Formats: sequence, structure tokens, C-alpha cells
Amino acid sequence: MEPLSWTGALGAVLNPVVIITVSVLAITVLAQIMAGFFAPAVTLQSNTDGTLMARGGLLGRLETALKWTFVLNLCLAVVYLLGGIILSYQGAGILGGMARRLLPVWIALIVTFAVSIRFKRGLGLYGKLFDSTVGMIGFGLVMFWVYAAILSGLFDMISTHDPLRQISGLKNKLPGVPVPEDGLFPYYLLGGDNLARDVFSRMIEGSQIVIAIAPLATVFAFMVGITVGLPAGFYGGKLDVALTFLANLILAFPVILLFYLLVTPEIVATGIPSYMAAVLFIFPIVFFGVLLNSRYYTQPAKRTPLLIVVMAVLGWLYLSLISQDGTALTFLPGWLDGFDINPGILVVFVSVVFVNAPTVFRIVRGLTMDIKTRDYVAAAQTRGEGAWYIMLWEILPNARGPLIVDFCLRIGYTTILLGTLGFFGLGLPPESPDWGSTINEGRKLLLIFVHPPLPPALALLSLVLGLNLLADGLREESLRD
Amino acid sequence: MPDPAYDGPILEIDNLSISFFTRLREIPAVMDFSATIMPGEALGLVGESGCGKSTVALGVMQDLGVNGRIVGGSIKFKGEELTTMSPDRLRDIRGSQIAMIYQEPMASLNPAMKIGRQLMEVPMIHEGIPEAEARARALEVVTDVKLPDPERILKAYPHQLSGGQQQRIVIAMALMSKPALLILDEPTTALDVTVEAAVVELVRDLGQKYGTSMLFISHNLGLVLDTCDRINVMYSGEAVERGSITDVFDEMQHPYTQALFRSIPLPGASKTMRPLKAIPGNFPLPHERPPGCNFGPRCDYFLPGRCDAQAIPMHRIAGDDRHLSRCIRVDEIDWKAPLLGTLETAPTEPGPVVLRMEDLKKYYSVAANAMFGGAKKVVKANETLTFDAHESETLAIVGESGCGKSTFAKVLMGLETATDGQIMLDNQSIGDVPIEKRSTQNVADIQMVFQNPFDTLNPSMTVGRQIIRALEIFRIGKNDAARHDRMLALLDLVKLPREFADRMPRQLSGGQKQRVGIARAFAGDARIVVADEPVSALDVSVQAAVADLLMDIQREQKTTLLFISHDLSIVRYLSDRVMVMYLGHVVELGTTDQVFAPPYHPYTEALLSAVPIADTRVKKKHIVLEGDIPSAMNPPSGCPFQTRCPRKSQVPGDLCERDVPPMRTLATGHQVKCHLDDAVLDAMEPVIQIAATQDTA
Amino acid sequence: MARMIFRSLGWMVATALCLTFIVFWLTNLSPNLEKLAKTQGNARMADEEVISWLDNRGYSQPLLVKYGEWLGVLPGYVIEGSDGELRARCSTRGLTIDDAPAFCGVLQGNWGFSTVLRDDVSTIITTRLGLTGKLMFWVMMVMVPGALIMGILAGMREGSRLDRSLSTVSILTTATPEYVSGVVFIAVFATSTFGMNWFRGTATSAMDDANFNNFFLPVITIALYGMGYIARMTRASMTEVMTAQYIRTARLKGVSFRNIVLKHALRNALIAPFTVIMLQFPWLLNGVVIVETLFNYKGFGWTLVQAASNNDIELLLGVSVVSVFVVLITQLLSDIGYVFLNPRIRIS
Repeated sequence: MEPLSWTGALGAVLNPVVIITVSVLAITVLAQIMAGFFAPAVTLQSNTDGTLMARGGLLGRLETALKWTFVLNLCLAVVYLLGGIILSYQGAGILGGMARRLLPVWIALIVTFAVSIRFKRGLGLYGKLFDSTVGMIGFGLVMFWVYAAILSGLFDMISTHDPLRQISGLKNKLPGVPVPEDGLFPYYLLGGDNLARDVFSRMIEGSQIVIAIAPLATVFAFMVGITVGLPAGFYGGKLDVALTFLANLILAFPVILLFYLLVTPEIVATGIPSYMAAVLFIFPIVFFGVLLNSRYYTQPAKRTPLLIVVMAVLGWLYLSLISQDGTALTFLPGWLDGFDINPGILVVFVSVVFVNAPTVFRIVRGLTMDIKTRDYVAAAQTRGEGAWYIMLWEILPNARGPLIVDFCLRIGYTTILLGTLGFFGLGLPPESPDWGSTINEGRKLLLIFVHPPLPPALALLSLVLGLNLLADGLREESLRD
Repeated sequence: MPDPAYDGPILEIDNLSISFFTRLREIPAVMDFSATIMPGEALGLVGESGCGKSTVALGVMQDLGVNGRIVGGSIKFKGEELTTMSPDRLRDIRGSQIAMIYQEPMASLNPAMKIGRQLMEVPMIHEGIPEAEARARALEVVTDVKLPDPERILKAYPHQLSGGQQQRIVIAMALMSKPALLILDEPTTALDVTVEAAVVELVRDLGQKYGTSMLFISHNLGLVLDTCDRINVMYSGEAVERGSITDVFDEMQHPYTQALFRSIPLPGASKTMRPLKAIPGNFPLPHERPPGCNFGPRCDYFLPGRCDAQAIPMHRIAGDDRHLSRCIRVDEIDWKAPLLGTLETAPTEPGPVVLRMEDLKKYYSVAANAMFGGAKKVVKANETLTFDAHESETLAIVGESGCGKSTFAKVLMGLETATDGQIMLDNQSIGDVPIEKRSTQNVADIQMVFQNPFDTLNPSMTVGRQIIRALEIFRIGKNDAARHDRMLALLDLVKLPREFADRMPRQLSGGQKQRVGIARAFAGDARIVVADEPVSALDVSVQAAVADLLMDIQREQKTTLLFISHDLSIVRYLSDRVMVMYLGHVVELGTTDQVFAPPYHPYTEALLSAVPIADTRVKKKHIVLEGDIPSAMNPPSGCPFQTRCPRKSQVPGDLCERDVPPMRTLATGHQVKCHLDDAVLDAMEPVIQIAATQDTA
Repeated sequence: MARMIFRSLGWMVATALCLTFIVFWLTNLSPNLEKLAKTQGNARMADEEVISWLDNRGYSQPLLVKYGEWLGVLPGYVIEGSDGELRARCSTRGLTIDDAPAFCGVLQGNWGFSTVLRDDVSTIITTRLGLTGKLMFWVMMVMVPGALIMGILAGMREGSRLDRSLSTVSILTTATPEYVSGVVFIAVFATSTFGMNWFRGTATSAMDDANFNNFFLPVITIALYGMGYIARMTRASMTEVMTAQYIRTARLKGVSFRNIVLKHALRNALIAPFTVIMLQFPWLLNGVVIVETLFNYKGFGWTLVQAASNNDIELLLGVSVVSVFVVLITQLLSDIGYVFLNPRIRIS
């Protein structure tokens, strides 16, 4: 079989067109920026009937030109995608092939967007996201990887080969190479790596690790940061000084050094990460316990059963999580121990939470100090509310805007940290398809074979970019009202 | 350049319309607005917040931002059209011909630039004069605005000056190039009353000295009366009435103007004999204006089919050449008809004493310098407060910033504990019991209504939920259903529709939020309610309604109301007794009549003189206090008021600087903390006198 | 002012002591020591041998004592080992036990000996720090002016096309960690795959002779990641300042747009980013480690990786102390600089 070319038969027709439109787009953007410096300041103009008039002059024409070239480019991209889905692999090339493999993701994305835009007015901040172009692009990028992870992980779709399977003869082969064995997907769409594994499948499967760990670790970091940051900001004084000192202590630690110190097998053997997990994971229990108690303590009949149920469930989850065979903490009998987590992942998880929590702490502390001067906090105090009720029910809900924005940014940052860990070969098993480890493996032969590390690098880039854009869109929309 | 011999109007605004454009719609902010300012004339622009008065000013300055746009009409400055002016020409005029002064003096000065530089910049840009000359000019103008030690001030940064001084600098900056037109946008709103009086006087004097025309924007009718020749009343984007001050104040020809005057507490109004009449309804949002007359839905004279049939133009008032009104029925209404339909109520008899303060003291120790630590200083926020409050009595606590009224509220509520002395609630001492240790009953008994309506409700909880929470914490109601019923009853009590229970606070107007705050305070049948400036942040037309609501509930529930305020007009209107505070000391205490009539404490006297009153018949004694209120961190020796007291010379020797005066009882229940002789006190004349004219209201 | 610096110094020393102690504790945990014994002595040592090896070299003393010795506030150990040899902490490097000083810790300038690089830790750190200093200097030269200009241009007219373009660029760069941008840059600009083989893909030669060809890629890789962040901070600060009332005052005084930006807005807008730039150092250190590993530039970051992955305890401690101090000193400088830039705090 012939190796696939990048754009296949379709490309022969479309490629020249794309080159032209893309360069036109670039030129227009540049021209518009330059014109922005010299053209007169823009003021709004309106017609007598109250509608806004289109901008005239050079700037106005450039704006229109930009809009149309952009639309044209978008159409071309869609043609490539559709081409891939309709045509054969030879006809549409590697890009088309990937588009076809990703078909379930496209469908899921289209359904998500259609439903969300249809009902956006009733969906609060999430709905408002669809008023912002930046936010929509960011959300699209993020959901692309979320769906890729879910569909490949749970339904075994999308990826073409087993990410660990080595096929002889395909070591470091270029993208589009045909697979010699029968019964398998006929191509390595993005080539083979230095162990002759399929780069495309590894990239897709690698997303599962990031999508599973990064948001969850961020949630835990927020739980810790909020539970500690609220009292620090609310009470101030010595407690604040002590907690801030602790947070600064962790922040002054170079992250990589911390990882090297925490995530080596020797340290894992001492059980320190397990103990840290035991401490860090208790925060959510404290958080929810206090949250419910402060709200319902005036009505014991309601509070007591509620607390018992919630505490029992959370407590069991907590104990199952930290109790683990073969580590320092093994105390739950097997029948009670609900699940175990790969110790490598647990260590990575703990250290990422540990590194992120102090920053969240600082943000929450600052917001608390700001909000606690509000009259509604004073009103709560004058009716004799407890301190934790005020912190959790009066202050925290009103700090949610900046916290949601930071949450998105922080998932991105956690993704970068996970990649860093992989890049230094820390924590995760070496054959793991996660993006950091794959980049690390690929970089060793980078000057000779470019294709193995580039796909995971770009995948990571696009996910973090999506999260950042999403955060930007959310910030913009939450400031709007 | 404008013709130097030009002698027509300085500013001519003709049918001006301004809109803001959002993604969803066009929002008209100003519609069909006309005004003329002659040389040396001062025009007052009055209206409630959101009526578009500041937008007019920004329109004149041609600084409407990216979303704002003039959609019709013209603005001529000295005959030159501003709306079509080139940016360069506009820059020439700004600062040199038209200058503007804003509400927040601190925010309008560049924090990282010395004051001298900021002043000198103006003539250096516009007249190209050398630095030395600009500096000399700056020095001269700073002296003109009566700031002490001009040399030092020129070298200072803005944050080193007090609020009053900063506002004087802003005024100086506006006068640097001797502009023909000065626009003042609520220039004194952020200042204390006595400081405000001094700044207003300064503006008036300088306007005369420099021959500057003024556009004075304010929500305060009294201030406009003090400063302006002509007035333009705005409502919801339109001018509804314009004319000379006397025409509009004494012979108003628009229902809104009339309603406005009936809703503000003028001397003579009282909560029992002549209650205020609030304007019903709410200010319409810009995109929800009614057809026809904007004021229609709230107007007593509204006629369906006429008032809402077409846009209402300005009507010239017969006999008055520059008096216009935007009312289609202007000739049909009897403007002199006395106000009907307000209920007189019997005055309530004060009951037994429920709350007694005995030598209450509150000191704070603070680091002298927040950033660098340093020696601890003691701030004496409250000094030996002794007074009592009776059941169903309104006790007003009056004072300017730093007088210790908020600290007192905190101690009473139990958010702070007293340093010394006692607070007795029904003979039970609570002064040193923090709120966590008070019984639920005690906490529910003393509740508070806060100043800022936009801050008093938790923005992420429904109105009903917030009231129910107060019921839960006070252990009222057996179950959720009972509490829900009680919450609805509370909404009825504050005259809010029951649907509001499910609304979020952002869907409510300021007055409605304040009502919810009141409902929350009365959730546990509070016996003592501390109202901290409950109406000062509200619009004039809403203030009366909220104040009356408080009075109604008080009458019904026999509540003791501690009314904290700096606004003497409203205090006079609704309180039974008044306590005047200055720098932590009670300087005067007595019944309302005793405090508002001589003999006064000199501070009360100055305070009364400083309050602007929107009544042309009122003649006030003119007392302007020098300087600013001293910092509570660094109070003067002896009498706290001695640094600014105009009557200090009447006390022999340095008694005022040496000793804190004792509290003297002048008449039953009337106490004054002053060294002045009885003879001097007896010889005092009333500050406010109402000229004997026929009763118009 | 002096008082503030004094207080900050106090906090700094406290932080440094805590952090070094934590590093000391983590590196001296028993599995690490066991590994050390096996790599230094004999890989097939029995457990008892390991223990005696450690006993003989003072590793079995209580943690605090060891820390005190390392710090130089406690006298170094002198132990007669189970093998009959007399060893003293301070007698390494050719000194006899009698000649050796009583104290030999970090405070005396004795940083120990690296087992991996076979050299004195202090020598290694000085040379490596010099190399990294060179890298950082150029990073700062590219990053700081670039970021500030980007931020100010974007922030002075909020919502303009220039603003949106620059903001997109800065979001893109903050979303690109060094190990991604480095790999992409090498792939694009240092191989012939895309026909743009313009730069060298390693920076080893730049250690002696840095030139545009071999140094540009590592410098730009670190600079870009930090640049976007600072630019966004500057932009946020600038847009906030541009909507401030005093800017409106200046505009209505008739000041031209150019002078509004340069004279009125700039100084106020730079206060916030200044702190951010200084606080970027801990993050830059991250970037340095990644880039030095990726480009095989044997500086401080590369040393850190070597020390950490080979459990070279003394070197790792030295590296940690230095990096913690770098971070803390920049924090101190940022505090002082903030006060200097902001007259509101300076004169009060």
C-alpha cells in the first residue's frame, strides 16, 4: 500500500486555494493593525432610525474584508473535514483520516453546541459563555478533548491501535505509513514512535490521563485552598500570618525541586505521599461537614440525618482512597476498601494538589478580605450567625465569579504541571501514553525524527489554550452584569 | 478661535439627544434637552440618579466613551458647534475654555504625580507658558482656593491631602486657565456637610471673582438654591421644567417638581403633623419608559388617553419668558391647591427606658503605620457616652465622618465590646458581651438597618431565603412552612409584593432592597433598631417612603429607633430626641425642638447653618467652619471642637485647649458639652428663620 | 523603610531555614540514605553493612543534629567507625582530623562534595549559576521589554483590533509550556523537516561561546512563556488605569492621547506588573530547568536535575538553598520596588 499523503487527492485541488486565503487573512489582520495606529479614532455612528451604521473608510473596508476571508477559511476547513468523512483514506489523506476517526467527537460537539445555544438564556453563566466568541472557541477546544477522552476511554472509539502495541517495521516511520499486518487499521496516521507504536492512538489515549486527573486535582486544590483561605481572610491576625507564611513557604519552593523530592520511588517508599494524601483529602470532608452544619444547626431534626448520610458516604470514599495495599496506609479490610488507585497516579495527584493549593489559598484569602467588609456580612454578624456560616454561605457564593475563572485557568496550569512531571519521567509509568511522557520520549531523537513528540505537544497546547480562552470568555461575561 | 467680542450665550444646548449603544439595543440617556447659559450665569441641573444629568455634562465635554453617541440636536459653546468639532480643536477648548469638576476628588487626581505638576500642566498645554510662570500661576490659584501653605501643597502627592483639600485642588485645577464655563458634577457629594458648605461657598465666590459661568449638577435642591441662578429639573432623560430659581422653587409648574418638593423634609414638616408625601412607584429603567409622559405612571394628575398619547413637548409658561414645563396639562392644574390625602397621626408617647448607656467608652489600639508597623496608638472612638432610649422613641445620632457613631453601633450590636462603661438592655448589662455570647432573644431584640442598599443584601440568595434565614437563626416558626408564612407577612409589613420572595436582590431597586433590609431587621420582632443612614443612599423621591415605612412600623411595634444620620433635615423631620456627636464625644443632647433652637452647641450651630435647605423663604445664619475634621487618631487637646470652633474666642483663656468641657444641663433633658458662658448661650440667635410669607405647601 | 527591609529579611531567613530543613529532611530519609550507601559503597551491600556504612559517616545521627552540622551551627561529627577508621565531617578534602576545624557547614562556606559531578558543591554552583545567569540575562532582555510594550499597546485602547491581536498572542504564549514550545521550535527551526533549519537545536556550545545561532531558541523558549503572563498583567493594569477618573481628568484638561499614555497612565500602570515580573522568578526557574534539559545547556537547572535524579544529597541541598534564596531575594526586591514606585505607600 502507498503511504498516505497529508491531504490526499483533495489537497491537490484545495491546497493552493488555502495557501492564498490564509495569506490574505494574515495580510488583512496586519493591515488592520497598522491602520489602527494611523487612522482617526473610531467613534460610533448611528443612523437616524437608531441603528448602528457600518464603519466607513479604510478601517471599515478592512473589517469587512477580514470578516469574509475568515469565513472563507472556515469554510475550507469544513470542506477538509467533510472530505475526510466522505472520501476514502487515500482520497482525503492523513487529515481526512483523522477527521473521519474523530467523527463521534464532531457529533458530540455539534449536539452540545446546538443544545447549549438553543437554551442559553436559561443556563446562567454557562449560557452566557455562548455570547462570547473567545469563550465558545475555548469551550470547543476543551470539549473536543473531553469527548476524545471519554469516547476513547469508555467506548473504545477513535484510536486506531492499542497505544502499547509495537508493530515491527514501523519504528520511527513517518505519518501515513501503511501497517503491514492484516486485521488492523491499515495506517499509522501520525506515524510510529521509537518503539514502533502508533503516535495518533497514543495522543488520543493520553488525553484520558489529563482529563481524568487535572480537573479532579484542581477541585481538591480548591477545597483545600478554600477551607484554609476563608478563615485566614476572615479572622486575619495571627492565624492569617501563620497560614500565609505556610503558603509562601510552599510557593517559594521551586516546583520542579518539589516534584523531584516528592515523586521519587524512595520517598514514595517512606509513605510520605500517602500521609500527605490522608491530610489533603480530609479537607473536602471538613468542607462539606461544616457547610451543612453551619446551615442547618438551628434545625437538628434536619441536620443530624443529613450530616450522618453525607459524612458516611464521604468518609467511606476517603478511607477507600487513602487505604491501599502495599503502601504505608493499609488498614481497611479488602471487602470494605472500595477502590484502589495506581500509587504512581496518587503521588502525582497529591503533589499537584499540594503545589496548587497555596495559590488558591491566596486568591480566596484576598477575596474574603474584600467581601467581609460588605454590609450583608455585617448583617449576618448582627443576627448572630456563626463564623463558618458567614464564610461559607455569605462570602463564598459571592466570590464564585473570580474563583470559576481561576478554576479554568488552574486546570490548564495543572495540565502543564502533569506534562512537566511526564517530561522529567516522574511518577507515571514510563510506557504511559500521557502527553508529557510522550514528549519526553520523543525529544531524545527530536533532531532526527520530528513527528513523534509534535502531536502530543500540540494536543497539550490546544487543551491549555482552550482552558485559557474559556477562562477569558467567562471573565468577560461575568464582568458584564 | 471664538470671537473675543462674543457676548451671546456661553453655552447653548438645543434639543440634545444622547444614546448609549449596547449589543442588545440602543439606550436613550438624554432626550430633547435644551438649555442656555449666559455669561456669569450658574445653571443648576437637578434630578435623581439615572436621569441623565451627568450624561449631559459629558455630552458638553464630548467625552461619551466608545458606546455613547449624540444622536440629535446641537451644543454650541460661544456660538461654536461642539458636536462636529475636530479632535484637535476640542482639545484646545477642554481645560482652557471648559473645565470640569467631579464627585470623587481622590479619583480625579493622578496618584503618582505631584499636585504642582498636575496644576501646571494646564496652562503649559494651552498657553505654552514656561514652567516658572506656570508654577507662579499654580501658587496663586492654590492661594485663591484658600489652602494653607501652598508651597508645601504643590510638592505633595494627592493622598497626602484630606478629601476637602483634594476637592479644592480639583477646583484650582479647573480654574488654572480661567475657563469661561465650569461644569461641576456633584462636586460635594463625597464630602462631609461642614466641609461641603465651605467648598460650596468657595465655588460661588470664585465664580463671581473669575466671572465663570457654571453648570452645576446635583441631586440636592438645597445646594442648587444656594449656588445657582437658574435651574433645570430632569426626570428619566428629559428636562421636565426649567426656569429661574424663584420661578421653579416658588411657582413650580410640573407635577414631578411638585412631587419632589413634597417628598423632601423642609422646615415645618413633621412626621405627625405634616408628613411627607412620597412619590409612588419606581423610576423607569431607560429601556422601559412609558409612552407619552415619562412621569405619567407616577403622576397624580395623569389622564389616560392624553398624557400617554404622544410625546410631550416643552410648554412655555404664560407670563414667564424663560420658564418652561413639560406637562400637557400645565394650564389645567391648580398648582396652588393644598396637598390632600396625607394622614395626620397622633404623636406616640415614649414608654419606659429600654436601653441605657452609662459612661460607655470604646478605645482601639492600632499600629500607627499599617505598612511598617510602629508604635501602637490609641484611637478614642467613643468617649463617655451616657444617655438612655425609651420605648417607641426615635433617637437621632447626628455627626460627620469620624464622630464615632458607627463604632457606637458596633458596640451596641455586640460586634465589638466596650472598653469601659455599661450598656443596659432592660437592666441587663450587655456592653461587654460579644454577640456570640448573647442570648438569641437579646440578638433578635437589637437589630440593624444598613446604609448602602446595594450592599445590604447577599447578592446570591433570594430575598425570601434571606428573611427565612433570619427567622431560622432567631428560632422563630416551628417548621419551614411556618417560617415561609411569616416571611410573607414580613414582606407585607414592608409593603412589598409577595412575589418578591423568589427574586434575587439584583432585580430590585434601591428602595425595595432597603425595604427587604428592614423586613429582615424586624424578623425577630426587634425592639431596638439601629438605622445607620438608612435613606441617605436612596434617591430623594424614595427617601420619604422608606422613612415613613420605618415610622409606621415603629408606631405599630413600639420599636425604639436609633437613627444615625448626618442629614439634619430628615433628623428634624422624624426624630423625637437628637444626640450630636463630634470626634467620639456627645456634644449636645436634647429633644428635637431643644437641639434645633438656641441655645446651641457651637458645632450644632455650624452644622445647622451648613445644611442646604431647598426653601426660598429660609434665611440662614452664615457660619463656615475652617479646615477639616481632625483625625480620630490624633485628636486635639481639650475640647474636641476647639480647632474649628468659631466661638472659641468667647471663652476666656486657653480653657478650650486645656480641658474637655463638662456636660452641662441647660434645660430638662437638654445637655451641652461646652465652656461657653450661660450669657453667651442665651444670647444665641436661631440659625434658621423662615420668612413670614403665606403658606404655599 | 529600613524597618520594613529588616522585617522582610527576618521573614526571609525564617522561610529559608524552614525550606532548607524540609529539603534536608526529605533528602535524608532512610530510603535515600540506603540508596546513597549502595551507590557510594557497594551495590550488593547487606542491610547490616548499609547501616554500619551510614553509622560510620554520621548519617545515623538525629536529624536536627545533622541539620545543625550541615548548617555549621553544631560542630561536625568525629566518629570512630565500626571498621576502626576515625572519620570526621570536616576532615574531607585532605585535612587530617586534628587540623580540621570544629564547624564546617554552609555558614563556614563548606557546601560539601558532589558525588555525581565529583567536585565541590560550591564550585559547581558558582560556575553553573554563572551559565544560567547568562541565559537569564538574555531572557529578561527579551521578555520584560517585549511584555511591557505588548501589554501597554494592548491596554491603551481596550477592545481595538491591536488589543485583540496582542491578547490572543499572549494567551497563546501562556498556554504553551516550555517543553511544548521548545520541542516545536526545535522541530521547526532546527531541523530540515519544514525547510527552516536556521538555528542550532542544542545550546551546549553556548556555554562557552553564546551566539544568536545557538542561544536564540533557548532564550526565546523561556521568554515566551513568561512574556504572555506579564503582558496580560500589564494589559489588565493599563486598561484599569485608562478608565480611571484621573485619566478622564487629564483628557478633559486637553492633554493629548500620547501624553496621557506616557505621562499620566504609564507610571501608574507599571506598578502592578513590576511585582509580577519579580514574582516570575520562581516560575522562570522552572523554565530554566526544562530548557536546560531540553537544549542540553549545563547550567543550574541541568545541575538540579542531575542532583535530584542521582540522589546527590549535598549538591541537591546546595541547589535548593540557592534557588530558595533567589526566590526570596526577588520577593524582597519586589516589595521594596513596589514601595518605591508607589508614592501612596512611600510617603505616608
